[in-house]
Amino acid sequence: MLLGGLGAHARTLSEGCLVRNDWLCPEYLTSRRPELLAATWEHVWITLLSVAAGLVLALPLALLARRWRPVKALLMGGSTVVYSIPSLALIPVMVPFTGLTPWTVVVPLALYSVAVLLRNAVTGLDGVPAQVVDAARGMGFGPARLLLRVELPLAVPAILAGLRVATVSTVAMTTIGGIVGFGGLGTLLIQGQQTNFRSQVLTAAVLVVLIAVVADLLLLALQRLLVRRPRARAARAPEPLLPAEEAA
Amino acid sequence: MRAAAAQQGWVQLVADYLSDPASWQGEGGLWQRLVEHVVLSGVAVAVAVVVAVPLGVLLGHTGRGGGLAVAVGNVGRAVPILALIALLFMLPAPFGPGDVSVVVALALFALPPLLTNTHTGMREVDRATVEAARGMGMSARQLVLRVELPLAVPLLLTGVRLAALQTVATASVAGLVAGPGLGRIVSEGFVTYTPSRYLGAALLIAVLALAVEGVLVLLQRSLDRVGRARRGSRRRAGAPPAEDGVAALGFTAP
Repeated sequence: MLLGGLGAHARTLSEGCLVRNDWLCPEYLTSRRPELLAATWEHVWITLLSVAAGLVLALPLALLARRWRPVKALLMGGSTVVYSIPSLALIPVMVPFTGLTPWTVVVPLALYSVAVLLRNAVTGLDGVPAQVVDAARGMGFGPARLLLRVELPLAVPAILAGLRVATVSTVAMTTIGGIVGFGGLGTLLIQGQQTNFRSQVLTAAVLVVLIAVVADLLLLALQRLLVRRPRARAARAPEPLLPAEEAA
Repeated sequence: MRAAAAQQGWVQLVADYLSDPASWQGEGGLWQRLVEHVVLSGVAVAVAVVVAVPLGVLLGHTGRGGGLAVAVGNVGRAVPILALIALLFMLPAPFGPGDVSVVVALALFALPPLLTNTHTGMREVDRATVEAARGMGMSARQLVLRVELPLAVPLLLTGVRLAALQTVATASVAGLVAGPGLGRIVSEGFVTYTPSRYLGAALLIAVLALAVEGVLVLLQRSLDRVGRARRGSRRRAGAPPAEDGVAALGFTAP
């Protein structure tokens, strides 16, 4: 009862910022919380689904590209073409196939992710030293074990670098989905601009950048975790130096 | 069967729309939007070149600001252009809904590929060549204008191509918030439930982007021949610098 009373009091005090159409308006955050959370969540899952689908498609394609040269030329050329087509062209063209559903946004975004990830995966796999492959074969590794235990782990840094680029860009590009009503925070951006609702536009813009930064930091942490392991193992000899370094 | 028939219907719809002279003419017609699109993109790229190339040359020559170039690229990738255009459209004059806001937003997004490629181009110049030029008594100004910049031209051109392609692609976004360019027709098509319009304009945007890419690749090739001839057979055997579109551009096409 008491809390409710305080809330009502605070509302009458700060409601002015909505009426004045301020850029910064705490009242907007509280009064539109469900709408904001829903848009943020939509933004996150559209991004996640697109990048995940891109990764799932890109890895087998990279393996195919590595096996057959013509396929590689075709896939690389194709990914360059896909990459050159603006999302505002690709999303509308999806509508006859997928209607006004989230897929209309997810499919193009996934294709862009494939374009980036495929390139990085091929670069990563090509970068595995021939001696390492020979050594593994000499140790009796079959093709499957060679791929899973030697080649893919060595290609991880390149793939992760591509994953960071693809994720951050997809977060930004998801906003374009607002044109078919599935753009997460992008939908709020468009609506806010149309109705000259300043705090909505600024809040949505800041949240998109925030999502991109958080996603990038999470992937950076993953990168550190996965990529440091072999280095740490190799650097086992000068271990006594590490504490001194930390102290410095 | 029905799906195939429906697909055919869409194709017919778009063909009719694009072949009808009425859809090209008049205020807000395809022709006007196409010209807006190309002109605004061109102005934005020109502005970005004027800002980024001297800065990239300076930073590359002094060897400073490599981190800055990378940081600009990373920030550019995380900020959605839709957000920037929407915000600029809501600011008072000289911004607000119109050409100035669109050019400013597009130029800002064209900076990273130009800056990183110019910077890399300057840094990639063989240190031995630079030392030789210094040894010949060249001043800093001569070194930049007669040695480093000419050798950086191929990468610089790649930067211009990437920036132009990206700008033509992102210019469509202005239409989402009732700005100029072909994106406006896509947006209006969705609002008025006219598939012929949004599909036709989308097709035109894709064709425009691919045409710009094609023309610029050819242009770059013909210009690069000059650079190649100048360098003669002294081409280094090492791996060429990352001229690849995706690697240098990141993922900024919207």
